[in-house]
Amino acid sequence: MSEHHIVTPATYLKVLIALAVLMVLTIAAAEVHFGEPFNLMIALAIAVTKAVLIVLFFMHVKYSSHLTWVFVGAGFFWFIIMVALTTADYLSRGWHSPFTG
Amino acid sequence: MATVVTDPNAAPAVHYLNWRKTVASWLFSLDHKRIAILYLISISVFFFVGGLLAAAFRLELLTPEGDLMQADTYNRYFTLHGVVMIFFFLIPSIPAVLGNFLIPLMIGAKDVAFPKLNLASWYVYMIGGTLGVLVLVTGGVDTGWTFYSPLSTTYANTNVFLAAMAAFVTGFSSILTGLNFLVTIHTMRAPGLTWFRLPLFIWAHYATSIIQVLATPVVAIAIFLIAIERVWGVGVFDPALGGDPILFQHLFWFYSHPAVYIMILPGMGVISEVIACNARNRIFGYPFIAFSSVAIAIVGFLVWGHHMFVSGQAMYSSLVFSVLTMLVAVPSAIKIFNWVGTLYRGNIVWTAPMLYAMGFLGLFAIGGGTGLFLGVTGTDIHLHDTYFVVAHFHYVMVGGAVMAYLAGLHFWWPKITGRLYNHLLGKLSAIIVFIGFNATFFPQFLLGMQGMPRRYHSYREEWQLLNIFSTSGAMILGIGFLLPVLYFTWSLVFGRRAGANPWGAKGLEWEKASSPPSPHNFDHDPVVTEEAYAYTGREQLSV
Repeated sequence: MSEHHIVTPATYLKVLIALAVLMVLTIAAAEVHFGEPFNLMIALAIAVTKAVLIVLFFMHVKYSSHLTWVFVGAGFFWFIIMVALTTADYLSRGWHSPFTG
Repeated sequence: MATVVTDPNAAPAVHYLNWRKTVASWLFSLDHKRIAILYLISISVFFFVGGLLAAAFRLELLTPEGDLMQADTYNRYFTLHGVVMIFFFLIPSIPAVLGNFLIPLMIGAKDVAFPKLNLASWYVYMIGGTLGVLVLVTGGVDTGWTFYSPLSTTYANTNVFLAAMAAFVTGFSSILTGLNFLVTIHTMRAPGLTWFRLPLFIWAHYATSIIQVLATPVVAIAIFLIAIERVWGVGVFDPALGGDPILFQHLFWFYSHPAVYIMILPGMGVISEVIACNARNRIFGYPFIAFSSVAIAIVGFLVWGHHMFVSGQAMYSSLVFSVLTMLVAVPSAIKIFNWVGTLYRGNIVWTAPMLYAMGFLGLFAIGGGTGLFLGVTGTDIHLHDTYFVVAHFHYVMVGGAVMAYLAGLHFWWPKITGRLYNHLLGKLSAIIVFIGFNATFFPQFLLGMQGMPRRYHSYREEWQLLNIFSTSGAMILGIGFLLPVLYFTWSLVFGRRAGANPWGAKGLEWEKASSPPSPHNFDHDPVVTEEAYAYTGREQLSV
C-alpha cells in the first residue's frame, strides 16, 4: 500500500535545507520594502511554498492514496473560502450603496 | 449430538462491562464502548454544572433589580454556563458518547480505526475540562462564551487566559474524534455495507466529522491568538497594535457557526434512527437525508457573517452572507419533511425515545425557522443581542441537540447497559422536558421582540412577568432533566434484562450484537445483505 512508502533520509535532508533557505528568504523579504500589495504577496508565496513542502514530504501526502489527496484538496479549498469571504469584507468596507450614497 | 438451545435474548456471561473490573481497566481501556461510558459520565457532570449555573442566573432574573447577585457575578455565571455547555457538553455529547459506542457496532467493526487515539481524545478532553474547572474555582471569566475582542484582549480582568486555554485544549479532543470517525467509516465497514446501506446516523457523523476536522483548528488558533495578545501584547486584534477586532469575529464565527452543526447534525442522525424504528417504516427519502447532512456541512461554512451584521462588517458582505444563510435552511427543511414522510402510514409506537424525537421535530423547526429572522439583515438589526437570539439558539441547541441526545440515550440505553428503564417515567420525563423547555424559552422570544437585551442582570419592570414564566419553566425543565438520572441509575441495578433487540429495531447493533455487547462486539464477523431500515411494520416491541 502507498502509506508504506519509505522516505529516504536524504529526501528529508533536502526538504529541511529548502525550508531553511525559505526561512532566510522570509526574513530577508521582511527587511525589503516592495510596496503594497507586493510585501504581502511575496511573504504569502514563501509561506505557501514552505507549507506545501511540509504537507507533501513530512506529512507523506505525496505518497498517499487518492482519497487522502481529495481530503487535502478539500482542506485547501475550504481554507480559500475562509480567506476569500473574510477578505471580501475588508475590500468592500469603503464601498457606498447606490441607494443611500 | 445433543443440541444446546440458548436464548438469543439472554445477556452474555462475558460482556464489555464485566470482562475486566479494575479501575485501571476502565481508565486505560481501548474499547470504544468503555471510552463512550467515560465520556458519558464526564459530560453528564459538566451538563449538571452548566445547568446549576443557569438555574442560579435564572433565579436572579426573577426580579428586575440585581438583588441575588451583582453584575460581575452574573457575567461570570452566564459566561461559564455558555463555555461549559458548548465546549464540554454539547460538542462532545452525541459524537463522543453515542457515536463512539455505536459507530463500530453499526458498521460491523470491532473498534474504531485508532483506539489509542480514541482514548487519548478523552484524556485531552479531561485536561481541557480540568482547566475549565480551574477557571470556575479561581474567579471565573466574564467575556461571554464568544471571547470577543477587545473585551477579552484588553478590558476583561478575569481568567480569560485559562478559559481560552481550556477551550483550546478541548478542541483537540474534538478534532481527534472526528478524524477517528472519518477513517473508521471509510475503511472498516462490514462486507456488503455499501455507502447507501449505511444507517443515517453514520452519514450524520461523517458530515459532523468533516466539520470537526476542518473548522476546530480555526477557533483553536483564534482563541490562542487572544491569549498571546493578552499576555504578550502581540498585535492581532487590537487596532492600537495594528490589529482589527472584527477579524476575531470572522475567525471565531467561521468555526462557531459550523459548530452549531457539529452539535445538531449527530442529533439529526439519532432522530432518523428513532423515527424509522418507532414508525416501523422504511425511512422516506434516504438519499435526500444522507446528502442533506453533507450539504449542511458544506453550506454551513459559508454563512458565518450573519452573526456580524451589526459589527461593522461591510454592507455588501452582509448582503452575501444573508443570501447564503437562506440556503442553509433548505437541507434542514428537507430532513424534517422526510421524517414526517416516514411517519406517514407508519405503525407508530409511542415509546419514550419516540416522544423525545417528536419533541425534537417541533422544537427544532421553531429554532430553525426563527434563525431565518436573524439571517435577514433588516430584522436582525432589531433583534441582535436581544433575548430573541437566546431563545432561538436554545430552541436549536436544547430543543434540538439535547432532545436528540436524550432520545438517543433512551433508545440505546438497553443496548449500552443491557437493562430496561421504567418506561412510564421515561415518557413522563419527555413530556416534562417539552413543557418546561417551552415555558422557559418561548417567553424569551417575546422579550426579545420587545427589545430586552441579553447579558444584563437587571431589566425594565414591564418585562418581569415574562421573566417569571421563564424562570418557572427552567425549574420544570430541571426536574425533567433530573428524572432520567434517577430511573437510569435505578435501571442499572434493578432494571429488567433488555434482550438483544427490545425495540424490534433494524441494524447490526440490534440484530447481531448482544445487550450489552461482547468485548469485541460480534461473535462472528457480520455480513450485510439488505438495505438499512428494512422495516415490515410487524416488528415486536418488548420493553
